[in-house]
Amino acid sequence: MTGYRVAGRGRVDPDARLRFIFDGRSYEGLHGDTLASALLANGVHFVGRSFKYHRPRGIMSAGVEEANALVGVDRGRGRYTPNTRATVLELYDGLTAESQNYWPSLRYDIGAVNDIAAPLIPAGFYYKTFKWPASFWNKVYEPVIRRSAGLGRAPTAPDADRYASRFAHCDVLIVGAGPAGLAAALTASESGARVILADENPEIGGSLLSDPAVQIDGKDAWNWLEEARATLAGRANVTLLTRTTAIGYYHQNFLGLVQRLTDHLPAAASSLPRERMWKVRAAQVVLAQGAIERPLVFDGNDRPGVMLAGAGRSFLNRYGVKVGNRVAVVTVHDSAYLAAFDLARAGAGVATIVDLRRNPRAALLAEARSLGIEVLSGWTVTATKGRARIAEIRVNPVDQNGKVGAARMIGCDALLMSGGWTPSVHLFSHSKGALDWREDLQAFVPGAPNEAVRCAGAGNGTFGLAAALAEGAAAGAATAGSAGTPTVFSVDGEAPFSGVYFRELPTDRDPTRAKAFIDFQNDVTAKDIRLAVREGFRSIEHVKRYTTNGMATDQGKTSNINGLMIAADAVGKPAPEVGLTTFRPPYTPTTFGAFVGYSRDAHFEVERKTSIDSWAEANGAVFEPVSLWRRAWYFPRSGESMHEAVARECRATRRSLGIFDASTLGKIEVVGPDAAEFMNRMYTNAWTKLAPGRCRYGLLLGEDGFIRDDGVIGRLSDERFHVTTTTGGAARVLATMEDYLQTEWPDLKVWLTSTSEQWAVIALNGPNARKVLEPLVQGIDLNGEAFPHMAVREGKICGVPTRLFRVSFTGELGFEVNVPARFGLSVWKALIEQGRPYDITPYGTETMHALRAEKGFIIVGQDTDGTVTPHDAGMSWAIGKTKPDFVGKRSLARPDMQDPKRKQLVGLLTEKPETVLEEGAQIVDGPYAAVPMPMIGHVTSSYHSETLGRSIALALIQGGHGRKGETVYVPMPGAMHKATITDTVFVDKEGAKLNV
Amino acid sequence: MKARYSIFSLARNALNYHQDWRQAWRSPEPKSEYDVVIVGGGGHGLATAYYLAKEHGITNVAVVEKGWLGGGNTGRNTTIVRSNYLWDESAAIYEHSLKLWEGLSQELNFNVMFSQRGIMNLAHNQHELRELHRRINAIRLNGIDSEILNVEQIKAFCPILNCSPTARHPVLGASLQRRGGTARHDAVAWGYARGADSRGVDIIQNCEVTGFRISNGRVQGIETTKGYIGAKKVACVTAGHSGVMAGLAGFRLPIESHPLQALVSEPVKPVLDTVVMSPAVHVYVSQSDKGELVLGAGIDAYNSYAQTGSPLVVEHQLNALVELFPIFSRLRVLRQWAGIVDTCPDASPIIGKMPVEGLYFNCGWGTGGFKATPGSGWVMAYTVAQDRPHPLNAPFGLERFTSGYLIDEHGAAGVAH
Repeated sequence: MTGYRVAGRGRVDPDARLRFIFDGRSYEGLHGDTLASALLANGVHFVGRSFKYHRPRGIMSAGVEEANALVGVDRGRGRYTPNTRATVLELYDGLTAESQNYWPSLRYDIGAVNDIAAPLIPAGFYYKTFKWPASFWNKVYEPVIRRSAGLGRAPTAPDADRYASRFAHCDVLIVGAGPAGLAAALTASESGARVILADENPEIGGSLLSDPAVQIDGKDAWNWLEEARATLAGRANVTLLTRTTAIGYYHQNFLGLVQRLTDHLPAAASSLPRERMWKVRAAQVVLAQGAIERPLVFDGNDRPGVMLAGAGRSFLNRYGVKVGNRVAVVTVHDSAYLAAFDLARAGAGVATIVDLRRNPRAALLAEARSLGIEVLSGWTVTATKGRARIAEIRVNPVDQNGKVGAARMIGCDALLMSGGWTPSVHLFSHSKGALDWREDLQAFVPGAPNEAVRCAGAGNGTFGLAAALAEGAAAGAATAGSAGTPTVFSVDGEAPFSGVYFRELPTDRDPTRAKAFIDFQNDVTAKDIRLAVREGFRSIEHVKRYTTNGMATDQGKTSNINGLMIAADAVGKPAPEVGLTTFRPPYTPTTFGAFVGYSRDAHFEVERKTSIDSWAEANGAVFEPVSLWRRAWYFPRSGESMHEAVARECRATRRSLGIFDASTLGKIEVVGPDAAEFMNRMYTNAWTKLAPGRCRYGLLLGEDGFIRDDGVIGRLSDERFHVTTTTGGAARVLATMEDYLQTEWPDLKVWLTSTSEQWAVIALNGPNARKVLEPLVQGIDLNGEAFPHMAVREGKICGVPTRLFRVSFTGELGFEVNVPARFGLSVWKALIEQGRPYDITPYGTETMHALRAEKGFIIVGQDTDGTVTPHDAGMSWAIGKTKPDFVGKRSLARPDMQDPKRKQLVGLLTEKPETVLEEGAQIVDGPYAAVPMPMIGHVTSSYHSETLGRSIALALIQGGHGRKGETVYVPMPGAMHKATITDTVFVDKEGAKLNV
Repeated sequence: MKARYSIFSLARNALNYHQDWRQAWRSPEPKSEYDVVIVGGGGHGLATAYYLAKEHGITNVAVVEKGWLGGGNTGRNTTIVRSNYLWDESAAIYEHSLKLWEGLSQELNFNVMFSQRGIMNLAHNQHELRELHRRINAIRLNGIDSEILNVEQIKAFCPILNCSPTARHPVLGASLQRRGGTARHDAVAWGYARGADSRGVDIIQNCEVTGFRISNGRVQGIETTKGYIGAKKVACVTAGHSGVMAGLAGFRLPIESHPLQALVSEPVKPVLDTVVMSPAVHVYVSQSDKGELVLGAGIDAYNSYAQTGSPLVVEHQLNALVELFPIFSRLRVLRQWAGIVDTCPDASPIIGKMPVEGLYFNCGWGTGGFKATPGSGWVMAYTVAQDRPHPLNAPFGLERFTSGYLIDEHGAAGVAH
């Protein structure tokens, strides 16, 4: 048994001894301990250094509000976690942790010079200095600031753990399983409602875990708790989640809960995910978050050994640890007496209670007397002493007029403080509920809600066990409407619970010199807050941002309200007028991985593959990513370079036959009596007269008149269109169409269905395409007259249904075979077999690009960039001139859209045929202009054309349509290339090869 | 004049325990009339006031702010500063701004912590690589620093980035603007406020504009929660609510307002020494001087004035972050929030005259207004003082939506194949 362990106390298991290592030293703790309680059991208070002044700091709380005791936890490679609060870190055998923010050692830290320099570096000092010389900021000052800031060190290896997530729906979500939350859960679940009860602690109970003596329904608190737990566990409609923090309360009763599954277990051998994010949509929410104790503000209130009184009580009653052998207490609230009494009874020497109040309750005084504790009522604490741990406090009487009398020193090894309690309204505030000021509590409590939510217990400003139970039961019953009946609980042995509130404690010393901390982690003192106000930072948001009060990892849980009080006094306004800063999610810092869940590595985003992908892989394809798809880029034969492979694929397609997997094209089925009208309004082209069985190249604009998407669209019947889109644009086009249909034209009878994944698409291109296709097709006459270019037919291929398009993106005789995706691979293989006599050649996206560029076919997003009109792209022909309207039509009429100097799509031929221009290269008129050089356009597409035996390019050039034959220059790294503007069609200008 | 800030003034004041610092700006009651009233006490509005006074000698100026100054997007953004824009018009105004940033701490005698740690844009596929080259070529011909990094150079520049070829979206290349970086956002508002105040500008907080008084097509003043304030000219710089303000003045703007979310991690020791942006994986991240990772991503899709966003968007940006930086997975989200951004159809701002005489708007900066703060204020001051746009903001007039002279900065169409 270690020095500060109290036998027979707490919920720890005295027989389950655990070894752990802190800062390289081995200690012993018990199962049920947190790292904080185990360290305290070993007499260790000094566990870290503060952010700015690097002051020694101890454990100040027993919960999530901890601002000081942050440690790095090492669970092996890929499992290092900085900034973990020791007060909620459950002990396990072999736990290895280290303190943070010092160099070279916790005890001897160079950074502690900041504490000596503190007078020079008050709040916001960095705004006033480090400006000279200017070049020193980036090179000298900032690197030093960065090194001394930060807290723990970041992990160096990828996270070895995995995370989970799930959605859940429930009738009632209850946050907090203290007395109020339990009462709500017991009542709400009685009616059969689906209840989720979540609590951040390893076990339910909340404040009852630290208050074993009180009686509920005639039972000791812990017995009652066990029965409540068993009752809830026995109800199938209740989901009880411990180690689960409600991190955020979002719109429409959507809450995020993070459940910690493995951090309390010794080894990472478990197959469990480390954390699980519950995304809960609740019909109703009950918030029972409890309250957080306020520190008192006085000089030296941050020394190791100074902690919240409630924490001292928790360490004793919950963990069986006394925080000192000579404990002093300073308080403005009754609750601190309970800590003192429990500690005294447990054999910790309690020297003195300093109560700022002149007339504490007689009952408390009597009990103190009986326990031999001196009570100094109407006294104040004005200083503390002790380096690595508090050794003495300086106390002074305060007379009725507030005059502070002569000091007296009291020796102690721990100081418990209580400034009263602040209701935790974080989640309620996330949900945009209004906060009301309670003058008696000097705190904000939930007011008018903005969601279906009720608050109960201390978090609602309702203190005292009986009152909290009653309010929780009432909230639980109310979730069932008039059907609910609140459970009635009886309570015995409840202690008094009242207090007063102080800003800073009165002192006989100069408050401008005091280090009276408000935000312990960020080292914000009362005088910093007053300085901010003095300098004009009068809004509480300015005070926060200027001083960094409340911006530490505890997000102001212990500092915001004290900061507000002092700021309000300095501003000279009542606290509620000054108000608090906005509460922001998450409630406590939340692991990135928990948000990420399954979406990591290969699951970060799905990799979409076509039904033919496996064939391509087996046949040596090199792939490229195209939006979420992977597409075959080219099919190198052994020893071939990319250039050689593409050249061969191009040759084969132009001379005989190429086959291409076009399955990634977006496909949308547009169906309904108004389908043609809908198409007329969406696309630039005219659709009314397009006969069933025919296709048309469609152009889709944005409202601004610029090209957004394109694709071949087949009309299958009067009321059915088969729309194709670009690969990347599929989802966006469907969303755009739905947007218009639902918001602009709800009168149109049209239904849209994405069929991108339902159809596999195989493009056959080349003079021999028909010969290969013909034997496999049933029910479609492929003859050139019966099935002309830009036609679509339905029939069968290889015995499976097909929509067969006669279209071409290469300029060769071309067909696009659409078959249900599940037949894609077998039809592809059949075509490959059938094509062997013609040396059928699979080609990838690179060859597809080169061949289409030879024909001047654009790729939306490459040859256009959201600034190109149909006219700019040389496609005025695609505009239905007689249509009353289509998306983008009005914008096309704007004067700048008619400007002949607009950038227009042209071809470019370099002076040297072997020069392949860089895609994205800029184009200039003269080669010798100085930078900044006026640019007249850029190269959009550029390839070696195997057909022409030279390079070709497409470009957008100012006034390009009128400049054919002119010379322009293309500056590229290391060279200035000369090129001639040409038409965009480089091969088969007449289209003779298409119409065969 | 206010006392200058320096290490010496800090030392001098330390002797007196900092009791004698003067307020950085006054909190005056509004006068009955001003030559110019600026609506909106964010960075852009305060910069406008500052440059009106400094460059144009117009000091009978008030900045009225609904809440606390710098409380809108100035205090909510992820503080990235860069000028690597594609189009000449954008490059010119953002580069002008960047040059002002480079001397801003000295100019304002207020350390805005402008930190030129570089900004790296990643490309993850051929399409992005092509766009990256296009952009860099254009930027360099415009005389602005930018370079292309290959994967090896990226690894060397930012060793913790996941450059594995087997990553879901492998990194193929990047652009780097070394002069880009971050700044301390609040300090920008405060520095300009202090500078403007010391030149006589009245900064009036907690003063909401409820209407414009307009007669004969000319603005006469503004109605506010602190009463009527007369003004010869009114400049509206109210990002997030520009559409609302235009509505009060009786016209409409081609603007949609969306929530944009950001978050910070718990602070850690230096681990990321540059700004990394990835349009495909979709996140941007830097590490503040305090040690927090600062993250942002895209806007929430729906229109809203509520300064909260959907948790789904936060989830997506963290997915992206952990994909790019697998070592960050165990760090924790400390705080998340949202601001409201006003977006124009071409993703470029509107800075200039409005259909009402004497009324000027500066709005529509979308997700990227912070970097423009000095330049934006500078050209806005010129526009208000001269009643005509400066050549730098002339292309950004409201009339471009009727002329069709758009400046599309959506980062190209983002469409692939």
